[in-house]
Amino acid sequence: MISVASGKGGTGKTLVAVNLALSIGKAQLLDCDVEEPNSHLFLDIKETTVRDVTIQIPRIDKSKCDWCKKCAEFCEFNALAVFSDDVMVFEELCHGCGGCSMVCPKGAISYVPRHLGTVLFSKGEGGLEHVRGVLDIGEPKATPVVKAVKASASKDVPVIIDVSPGAGCPVVESLRDVDYCVLVTEPTPFGIHDLRIAMALCRALRLDFGVVVNKDGIGNDEVDRLCKAESVPILMRIPFDLEITRTSAMGKPLVKAIPRWTEDFRRMFEDIRKRVGDAK
Amino acid sequence: MKQIAILSGKGGTGKTTITASIAMLLGDCVLADCDVDAPDLHLIIKPDVLEEEPFSGLKLAHIDERTCTRCGACRDACAFGAISDDIKLDPMSCEGCSVCRLVCPVGAITMSPRDSGQLFVSRTRAGTMVHALLNIAEEASGKLVSKVREKARRICEKEGKAYVVIDGPPGVGCPVIATLGGVDLVLLVTEPTVSGIHDMDRMVATARFFDIPVAVCINKHDVVPENTAKLEKYCKGNGIDVVGKIPHDPEVVRSMVDGKTVVETSDGPASKAIKEMVPRLVKALDGRGGEHRSGTKER
Repeated sequence: MISVASGKGGTGKTLVAVNLALSIGKAQLLDCDVEEPNSHLFLDIKETTVRDVTIQIPRIDKSKCDWCKKCAEFCEFNALAVFSDDVMVFEELCHGCGGCSMVCPKGAISYVPRHLGTVLFSKGEGGLEHVRGVLDIGEPKATPVVKAVKASASKDVPVIIDVSPGAGCPVVESLRDVDYCVLVTEPTPFGIHDLRIAMALCRALRLDFGVVVNKDGIGNDEVDRLCKAESVPILMRIPFDLEITRTSAMGKPLVKAIPRWTEDFRRMFEDIRKRVGDAK
Repeated sequence: MKQIAILSGKGGTGKTTITASIAMLLGDCVLADCDVDAPDLHLIIKPDVLEEEPFSGLKLAHIDERTCTRCGACRDACAFGAISDDIKLDPMSCEGCSVCRLVCPVGAITMSPRDSGQLFVSRTRAGTMVHALLNIAEEASGKLVSKVREKARRICEKEGKAYVVIDGPPGVGCPVIATLGGVDLVLLVTEPTVSGIHDMDRMVATARFFDIPVAVCINKHDVVPENTAKLEKYCKGNGIDVVGKIPHDPEVVRSMVDGKTVVETSDGPASKAIKEMVPRLVKALDGRGGEHRSGTKER
């Protein structure tokens, strides 16, 4: 299982994840950027099934409640407010921990599912399986949707994960329990700054990683110097080229527009497989 | 006081570059960097830190191994799978809900605040800036964003400045929703790519969900003109003003390497386009009238 992450947005995570998966052929691509999933825009795939993602949130039986406030006092997330004769549940603040029903002395709290997002399963050419999570609009909690996507990871074929930008909770969830992380960066001050954050996150998770330099040629050579100084392998370089930018912008995968890239992605996959094998 | 949030849905469309340039051109503003997991604004705004305060997000459980009897009650009750079979806590999974402490029959679990990051107030050449850094692998970015917003608003009031200019995070989830609370206008920075188009639609839907007006800026609009036409058609169809169209210009990266904003270092096409956009933004912001809607849907 290989995650493709970056820290900074727009460096080319989806580009690398999609082309890597297409080059392997029989593979599974998990789109864990559930806030803004894009990988499907580059693929010719057919949706097969859809699954809902929910969490359990409290429902208060007001005929049993005596407004003792124990639930609201217990809740660390301020998701409950108890008044002299009413209780309010702030659904989007609830983490679904279940604590409120445990402390309720009247047994007035049960649980109902709250919809957070969906997971869509699709099939594509060459045995490609595609799974993407989509967070509901206006819903803050992305992590449970990421978890649901990862729960469908295949055990039989290589799994490539397209991760969201940043280094917050959904990214941590996307990197958990994977074998290797590809960090895509661009050689600019923003790119390198966020690469350092992503590298620190990989180290905190004890996850082996390598770097892909995208838009190579713009900016400066600090990414190279950083990777050399910290002995981080540079797995691939994709030059800055308006033609590549344009094909991606139109939703065409690089390996389809310029087939010789298939070899480069395959070689990178073999390289990663060897690194993971050697580590084990 | 008016608050404007620069957002995009998709990452890497140019939010930070444009935020910094807008702040430099406006002058009369307080800056807030709400991309707390991967903040970059400081790289071109070069703040001198005046104040620093620790931020504590979620609580963290601690299991005292000497008291623990390995009964497994905490493991079974944890909704986040943060306690392993041998009753070890995974701090990255713990959401600080305290259920484990509640169910522990021998009182072996305590909850403590965790060191989740720092909040900074700085002096910059564009005005006072509030920014933050979330520690590696810490959660609660939404809560930290709310703190940055709150502090920026208070400083703006105290200094009597006209605007809070907010550099937002990518995505549409928790930190973006925290960035949106109570702002007067979203400037959505998009790019003419299939991903840019797709993500703009989700960002517009999110802003509308919270009842916040949107203006659009198309960055690198000349790279794929056919997609720019699609973006403009979408905006027209949805009643959204395109207030800026910025061409691809190598000066943007060059100014970033110099640690400056493009409007300071260049008179090239990108710089010009941003300079033309700012008066339109001011009009969009001030034209809406009405007082700042404090605290609406804030979280």
